[in-house]
Amino acid sequence: MNVRSMISHSLRVTWKDLIELFRNRMGLIMLVLMPIFMMSMVGFIYPSDTSLGDVTVALVNEDQGYGNYPSASATLIMVLEQMNNASGLMKLVDASSLDEVRDLIQREEADGGIMIASNFTLSLINGKQGTITVVTDQSNPQMSTMLHITLQGVFEQMGTWLAQQTVEGLSPAVNATNSLAIVKPYNVQAEGAFSGTFSYFDFMAPGLMAMTVMMSVMTGLPAAISHEREVGTLDGMMVAPINRLAIILGKTLAQTVRGLLQGILILVLAVALFGVTIHGSILLIFALLLLGVFSFVGLGVVITSFAKDQETAMMLMMTLMFPMMFLSGVFFPIQQMPWYMQGISRALPLTYATTALRKVMVLGAGVSTITTELAVLIGFGLVMTAIAVPVFKRAMTR
Amino acid sequence: MIEVTNLTKRFNGFTAVDHVSFDVKKGEVFGLLGPNGAGKTTTIRMLSTLTRPSEGTATVGNYDVIKDDNEVRKLIGLVSEKIIMYDRLTAKENLWFFGSLYNIPKKVLNTRIDELLGLVQLGDWKDSQVGTFSSGMRQRMNVIRAMLNMPEVLLLDEPTLGLDPQSTVEVREFVRKINRENKTTLILTTHMMTEADMLCDRIGIIDHGKISALDTPTNLKKIVSGADTTLLELEVANLTTNIMETIRSLKCVDSVSQENSTHIKIHANGDEAFDTIIDAIRAEKGKINSVQNLQPTLEDVFLRITGHEVRDKADQKMPLRAHRHFTPQRRVR
Repeated sequence: MNVRSMISHSLRVTWKDLIELFRNRMGLIMLVLMPIFMMSMVGFIYPSDTSLGDVTVALVNEDQGYGNYPSASATLIMVLEQMNNASGLMKLVDASSLDEVRDLIQREEADGGIMIASNFTLSLINGKQGTITVVTDQSNPQMSTMLHITLQGVFEQMGTWLAQQTVEGLSPAVNATNSLAIVKPYNVQAEGAFSGTFSYFDFMAPGLMAMTVMMSVMTGLPAAISHEREVGTLDGMMVAPINRLAIILGKTLAQTVRGLLQGILILVLAVALFGVTIHGSILLIFALLLLGVFSFVGLGVVITSFAKDQETAMMLMMTLMFPMMFLSGVFFPIQQMPWYMQGISRALPLTYATTALRKVMVLGAGVSTITTELAVLIGFGLVMTAIAVPVFKRAMTR
Repeated sequence: MIEVTNLTKRFNGFTAVDHVSFDVKKGEVFGLLGPNGAGKTTTIRMLSTLTRPSEGTATVGNYDVIKDDNEVRKLIGLVSEKIIMYDRLTAKENLWFFGSLYNIPKKVLNTRIDELLGLVQLGDWKDSQVGTFSSGMRQRMNVIRAMLNMPEVLLLDEPTLGLDPQSTVEVREFVRKINRENKTTLILTTHMMTEADMLCDRIGIIDHGKISALDTPTNLKKIVSGADTTLLELEVANLTTNIMETIRSLKCVDSVSQENSTHIKIHANGDEAFDTIIDAIRAEKGKINSVQNLQPTLEDVFLRITGHEVRDKADQKMPLRAHRHFTPQRRVR
């Protein structure tokens, strides 16, 4: 009877909160816009290979040639231009010296440079390596790396082609069909463990879902309760003969509904607009989201108990939210981080929710493969709830 | 019905309520009168189980407010200083929500809501959102919200604060009606003397967290005007400092204060005080236009007991805890 009336009371609170939510037009608009902003922001800003094009590259050709021999650099540039015309990757600009390239980069007129050494033809004729220098802009590490990798690939390919022709001339046993295998015996191919193409969205969508749902509980709960405390309506509930936990339970339920709505919105957007495919079971995804909520409720309640007014609650939440956003592998894989940051990351429940959700959504994993994550989430939730209940009961009657 | 013994509340070293004791009989209207920050709200909050006392005990209907808090909650209704209503819910939804927390059968609750709304003439507004209501309507809602569970004790914290004169009268009449018709015990706080005088059977004057006097309004006034004390207001057309000095030097006069250029207020004692004063003024060739034998107000009582006027402190608040903050909206509203 006691449990039953507590549940019925908390459902009343949920009902009341949801009516308030749905009658708040501005709040509803924000509820819908927030995930859309989040998705498009992180989705479009993060650079991908395909987004790179028309990179201005300064070309310095110092090659002096050698007598009557055909200039090797001229052939190189010709092939480079041909390849570039096909891909549209670069915009080649002529420059006279390395200093000019530096100057161009400084004035942001070029993103990088290629320099062909003065003894390029000579070295090749004498059976030595010809030197090509790739100049990159260190102030833009992302672009710098990208350019470096791309050009390396281009020159590698051209070098292979040159070597193929050379070996074909060296021995009659070598012909057009086997020359490539002799020069480059290994053919390296990359393939995902699962079929289909994956974009950054496939990586990000599960994390974003987990984050939105869990954050809505962690931040929504303290915000809602401290607001009611300030306005005075909390007293109306507190003065009724109901279990104090019914209030928090009802509010949590309302915030969960709100969070799940946003989560569903993200899922729909990800699938409809950004071409994300879901490989695992939808039911398991929602079960995971709910488990995430459970693990965060305790934390939300503790914040609620300590924050006496809305302002303090907001500040506390912000302090907790930002590290969680960036350290839980929502936007960046945690494997990229240094070991101490990974340590912090492993202490955050959101990390486990994100990992589990990603495994399910992207890799189609079942329950058996995410037992560690499930155990951590349940454990964290239980511990936090055990701390939160007495803290909350004390805080409510100061 | 209510027994309060040495009730004390300290917030980080600041004592808001300091060993307060009183009891209230069933069906009585008990008033706590004092300036803002005197400890009235904290006392009400402790009685309504919202704040835990630091020391002392309080029982409502023989239930302890700490040990049997849920039993106390069943007996009481709280009309808080702040309006306990959700702006985005309609009048009926609000009452339905709060009523449903009391395990009242649906049918009973439904009829009760309609009755209460009718009682404060808000029946036509039951499907409008409370956010659109005027402050008078909101306060009436606030009062009937506290009556959903038919409480035996109704606690009212500044029920007329911030209301226009007409709404103030309406709320006061309604409060009196509740007491008379339902035999509900009422505890109300106010900083308005007239309100306490009009509504209360007994009044506790509270200042700096202490009850400095507790009695019926009539008896309290007797502190100022005993059988022996006379309070006069005189209009003297040609009032001079000379006349003032003469009156002041009279043996029977306690104090003289000048209200404006022609009016003076005199506290005097003794049987012949009236005659003595009039004779003295005549002797100085003063022209008396009017004489009024004043009834002392609670204002005078408060002044006499606490040594300062209520209004002195009405503007400046004592350092208070977060739960007592006045939000700006509340004030401007």
